[in-house]
Amino acid sequence: MNLNKMYGLFLRHFYLIKSSLPRILDLIYWPTIQIILWGFISKFFSIYSNYYSNTLGVILTCAILYDILFRSSISFNMLFLEEIWSRNFTNLFIAPLNLKEIITSLIFTALVRTLIGLVPAIILTSPLFGVSILKLGFPLLILFLSLYIFGITLGLFVSSGLIRFGPSFENIAWSSLFLLAPLGCIYYPIEILPNFFQIIAKGLPLVYIFDETRNILLNGSVNYENIKQAYLLNLIYLFGGIGLFYLSFLRARVKGTLINMGE
Amino acid sequence: MINSLQIINLSKAYDAKEAVKNISFKLSQNEIVGILGPNGCGKTTTIGMILGLLKPTSGKILIHGIEIESHRVDLLNKLNFISPYIELPKKLTVKQNLEVYGRLYDVNKLKIKIDYLCEKLRLYEFINKITGELSSGQKNRVSLAKSIINDPEVLLLDEPTASLDPETGDFVRSFLEKYQKEKKTSILLASHNMSEVERLCSSVLMMNKGAIIDQGTPGELINKHGRKNMEEVFLKLTRETI
Repeated sequence: MNLNKMYGLFLRHFYLIKSSLPRILDLIYWPTIQIILWGFISKFFSIYSNYYSNTLGVILTCAILYDILFRSSISFNMLFLEEIWSRNFTNLFIAPLNLKEIITSLIFTALVRTLIGLVPAIILTSPLFGVSILKLGFPLLILFLSLYIFGITLGLFVSSGLIRFGPSFENIAWSSLFLLAPLGCIYYPIEILPNFFQIIAKGLPLVYIFDETRNILLNGSVNYENIKQAYLLNLIYLFGGIGLFYLSFLRARVKGTLINMGE
Repeated sequence: MINSLQIINLSKAYDAKEAVKNISFKLSQNEIVGILGPNGCGKTTTIGMILGLLKPTSGKILIHGIEIESHRVDLLNKLNFISPYIELPKKLTVKQNLEVYGRLYDVNKLKIKIDYLCEKLRLYEFINKITGELSSGQKNRVSLAKSIINDPEVLLLDEPTASLDPETGDFVRSFLEKYQKEKKTSILLASHNMSEVERLCSSVLMMNKGAIIDQGTPGELINKHGRKNMEEVFLKLTRETI
């Protein structure tokens, strides 16, 4: 893998962000709105409900963690969509980059985009609601990485669709995460779901990640079994996503999608 | 001598439709070959296969004797392409775009290279401007700069002067002539501008319905078909094969 080439692809997107204040604001805007909205909803419940006293911290922390997943996945998809919208897709695929270099560079660029969006939102939660995600301690890093891997994996699945089917797949890029949100058990335990959905949900790393987040916040202990299960599923999906990406590229070369992209 | 580009019995079919039918040709070093034909005749499909964007149904594409199917990424270092139908990222400045593509092609001494391109293609006046805000002529010069940033041994040009005013079109043609002589680049030029083809190309391939229907130097084709210029040859050949 050639670092200079991967850095070049990173720069292509970094310059885009750096030179445009509206783009930076857009990256920051949605996570911040999401956190503020959930902050106020949680505050309401914590005042008027005595179900458990830690509602605010739990919901807000889960909202921030869900946004890590959401932003990393959308960021990865956006990198591909930007190329399609700017009619630059062909230029990218005739450059001497192998798929490994493209994927690695986009994974790193998606991380930068995710952090630009999330750091201000995380900073805001402390003065506004007295909640700090950093209270999760070291496990936060493990949970963050796990969510980031799953976000990238979803990005790989959607980008595979974009390569194979072209811009018509764009709507799927936007809706894929909303489809997973109810099954991911972000704000509630898996037992809330009907039995059939519980079976599907158990196949998603999200269930274990958010279950563990609630466990750490409410009980102050770490169940590494949940984390292990989440990482195992993550690895399976990640390798599946990479495999699908390669397969989609091969199929696109047969079907001619790469040459007509953006038209 | 090994040819810069060699196409051997190349075909591409999409389901039942044959877009390119068993074509063969060669492009020697320091040669400009024109590829002519009506819209949909298979020119873009052929270029797409040479660039590795399309997988041929059958046949071979050799760059300096090496098959592109098995060495795609390595050989893409030796190629580049320009087309009015693809663009550089619009929101980046000209300088940023050249830096990005210079890195993607792993160009050594990139700053010197960018300076060279700016001087030769008169890019200095708008080097820090956003690419999307440039005129068509300026955008074309930037795309041309991107297409030679890696000093390609084989340069593929798809209608490089389409939609340009006569002055800019002439500037681009003159630049290509000088550049090709200086660097001894092999160029495959797809164009609908017949005077451009007559001026630049040492030989011409006429395509229609996915097949090569005739080939030769522009002079040979004009004499062979008893016409005054390439435009008349083009009309005769394409109408005959409808």
